[in-house]
Amino acid sequence: MKLSIESNNGTSRRALARRLFFSILAAILLSYCGFCSTAKGQEKNPLAGDPKSAKLGESQFRANCAFCHGLGAKGGGRGPDLTRAQKKHGNADSDLFRTINDGVPGTSMPQNGATQQGVGMTPDEIWQVITYIRSVEVKNTGALAGNPAHGKELFYGSIGCSTCHMISGKGGRLGPDLTAAGTARSVDYLKESVRAPSKRLAQGISEAMKEFSQEYETVSVVTQDGTAFQGVVLNEDSFTIQMLDVREQIHSFDKAQLKSYEKTRTSLMPAYDAKTVGEKDLDDLIAYLLKIGSEQGGPQ
Amino acid sequence: MKPILRMVTVSSLSLAFIYAATGQVTSTRLLESSKEPQNWLMYSGDYAGRRYSALDQITTANAANLIPKWAYQTMAGGKFETTPLVVDGILYATGQDDRVFALDAKTGRPIWQYQRPLPGDIRPCCGKVNRGLAILGDKVFVGTLDAHVMALDTKTGSVVWDVSAVDYRKGYSFTLAPLVIKNLVLLGVSGGEYGIRGFIDAYDVGTGERKWRFYTTPGPGEPGHDSWEGDSWKIGGAPAWITGVFDPVTNTTYWTTGNPSPSNRGEGRAGDNLYSNSLLALDPDTGKLKWYYQFTKHDEHDYDATQVPVMMDYGGKHLIVQANRNGFFYVIDRETGKLVFATPYAQQTWSDAKDASGSPVARKGSSPTPEGNRTCPGAAGATNWMSPTYDPQSGLFYVTAREQCDIFSTAPQPYDQGHAYYGSAYFPNDDAQPFWGALRAIDTGDGKLRWEFKHTSPTWAGVLSTAGGVVFTGDAEGNFIALEANSGKVLWHFQCGASVYSSPMAFAVNGKQYVAVAAGSTLFTFGLP
Repeated sequence: MKLSIESNNGTSRRALARRLFFSILAAILLSYCGFCSTAKGQEKNPLAGDPKSAKLGESQFRANCAFCHGLGAKGGGRGPDLTRAQKKHGNADSDLFRTINDGVPGTSMPQNGATQQGVGMTPDEIWQVITYIRSVEVKNTGALAGNPAHGKELFYGSIGCSTCHMISGKGGRLGPDLTAAGTARSVDYLKESVRAPSKRLAQGISEAMKEFSQEYETVSVVTQDGTAFQGVVLNEDSFTIQMLDVREQIHSFDKAQLKSYEKTRTSLMPAYDAKTVGEKDLDDLIAYLLKIGSEQGGPQ
Repeated sequence: MKPILRMVTVSSLSLAFIYAATGQVTSTRLLESSKEPQNWLMYSGDYAGRRYSALDQITTANAANLIPKWAYQTMAGGKFETTPLVVDGILYATGQDDRVFALDAKTGRPIWQYQRPLPGDIRPCCGKVNRGLAILGDKVFVGTLDAHVMALDTKTGSVVWDVSAVDYRKGYSFTLAPLVIKNLVLLGVSGGEYGIRGFIDAYDVGTGERKWRFYTTPGPGEPGHDSWEGDSWKIGGAPAWITGVFDPVTNTTYWTTGNPSPSNRGEGRAGDNLYSNSLLALDPDTGKLKWYYQFTKHDEHDYDATQVPVMMDYGGKHLIVQANRNGFFYVIDRETGKLVFATPYAQQTWSDAKDASGSPVARKGSSPTPEGNRTCPGAAGATNWMSPTYDPQSGLFYVTAREQCDIFSTAPQPYDQGHAYYGSAYFPNDDAQPFWGALRAIDTGDGKLRWEFKHTSPTWAGVLSTAGGVVFTGDAEGNFIALEANSGKVLWHFQCGASVYSSPMAFAVNGKQYVAVAAGSTLFTFGLP
């Protein structure tokens, strides 16, 4: 009798273990189902090439994406130009789906439906947006006249971009890393950044849930002991500032403790006019950025 | 005999007192919430919508000493917009993804936690947010993202009743904290981005039975119906996604409504589009409309009126005021609905004139265009849903303001049920200075700015005023800030580590004052050492 009870207990324990196993399995499957939409992102776009879907996608794009990526997906000061065939976070339909649905951590690109701008989109609506983006993509970007090899020489040599800008880990830190600039920005934007860097300041850190990214503003401070620092703002709030000075040293200051503190939207980067960097050299430089960008493109 | 009798009387009196202080929340306690400043019994702290705490332990003299007391982490992503309730030492709040929890208000330790299993195809417009609860008796009430109304047991979090208000798949959801009036729980619906037909509902607190519904776009035969072109009223929006207020003297509840749909395209909905962007005075027993005041007629810039309207008495007048998303501060007679005055409190370019009543009217040429038309305020408004506060001591009204203009572009868009219905796009104005925000203190007598505290960037944090002469707010950079109510001087700040998307509140346990605010995924409380 006792044995039988134990045996019963044993059975129920096994049953319990089995149930537990299946519960865990179900939980794992369910948690994968949290990625169901992402799983759909691994498929080909079911709406590819459908003009009606592209039109619906345009409405979705206007409501959800245009705030940063501009009308016509040509990019604004905030979001990359999406008419380029080469996308920073992957070119395949599935990559675009993932980028739109999951966002890009560490950038201003939010998770689908997580922010103030726009509404959450269903998987179908995301495919519509992808169909729309494909419809406005400019296929042949290789036509740009320019010699990337010479552009590289200029970048690291006579123009001296690398004093402040890094590409693939090589270069300075005071300006934005330009490794992916070729995929993230339109040619027009890149040219404007060379000719008139203060017109639209580059973006720095994006914090989770914070609406606007920090920009590469210029800051000059004088501490109580009279030491002066100039550099770029890494981050800032109402009470403190974190900056990188021109010698690439990080400083943190309590604003109230400073003798003086001045911030401007005039970039530390000089404006390179056609006399300093001719049109051909500029094309070469952009060609280099585009080449590096295309080498860097693809899923992370 | 006599002394003994007196003793019995005294002890029964004190027993009665203890019962009153620790018993269930009654309608009377809600009406007399100012008598128990240690508790925070509704979303805005009182029926007047003032978000004012009569607690005065934290003062301008000692606020610099504030320290964190405890933190509770929901571990959920997205915006955490809740304002907690506190009743006799227990804190009740909501979190992202329709979480509800009860904590020991003294320690932050959870007593119960509930999370609604939400369907995958809900259509919240702007994150899976919820702003809070209402309470009566042994129940807390919550509206859900799948458009249900629920009552949970205050002691266990068990579901007491759960009713569906409307089919969420058509774009409806609830995000606001409900308001309990007598034996009814009132709440309004979200979904102005989806071409819904807005409404305000009242449910029986005991059973969840719906007692009335007020549609915010009038149907055929109802007054205001002719303010819509054709059938556009059926998908006319006008959601009511911010908690209303209640005047027991006249038995009137005031609710505000949001944009007409599609939000940025007026074509196809010619007319004033009543009762979008309006203040509604309703009979709380029947839902019958007493009067309305429409702030922005035939809106094309998403200028919702969904900010808590605040009741105050000034110069012998019974007023209700609102700093509206369209950039004007409105003072309205709350008995008649007549405008007393409207004056700008932020930069605005949409209006260049006023009508005979003094109401700002739209400037010709301010409509969105296909190529884009720059207008101020931008689509996020000169303020938004975050609560303002009225401090009866300073006589000032404090509001979170936003300085941002947008380029409004419009495009035809067919209505597709349950899908986004904007008819538009809008962009930040790239060549402008960075957008910024400010806490503004407005004199309610003349609408003039008394002081402002500039934020580094626009914030979605609301404001709390307290009897200690200290107002509290937060910023997008993650600071929770205490300022002097009379001057705007910063007294103290704490870095919470993520943007504040909520309106703070205050409570006391065992005679000690706390201030609470949600930031990131964490509910923080602060107090004196």
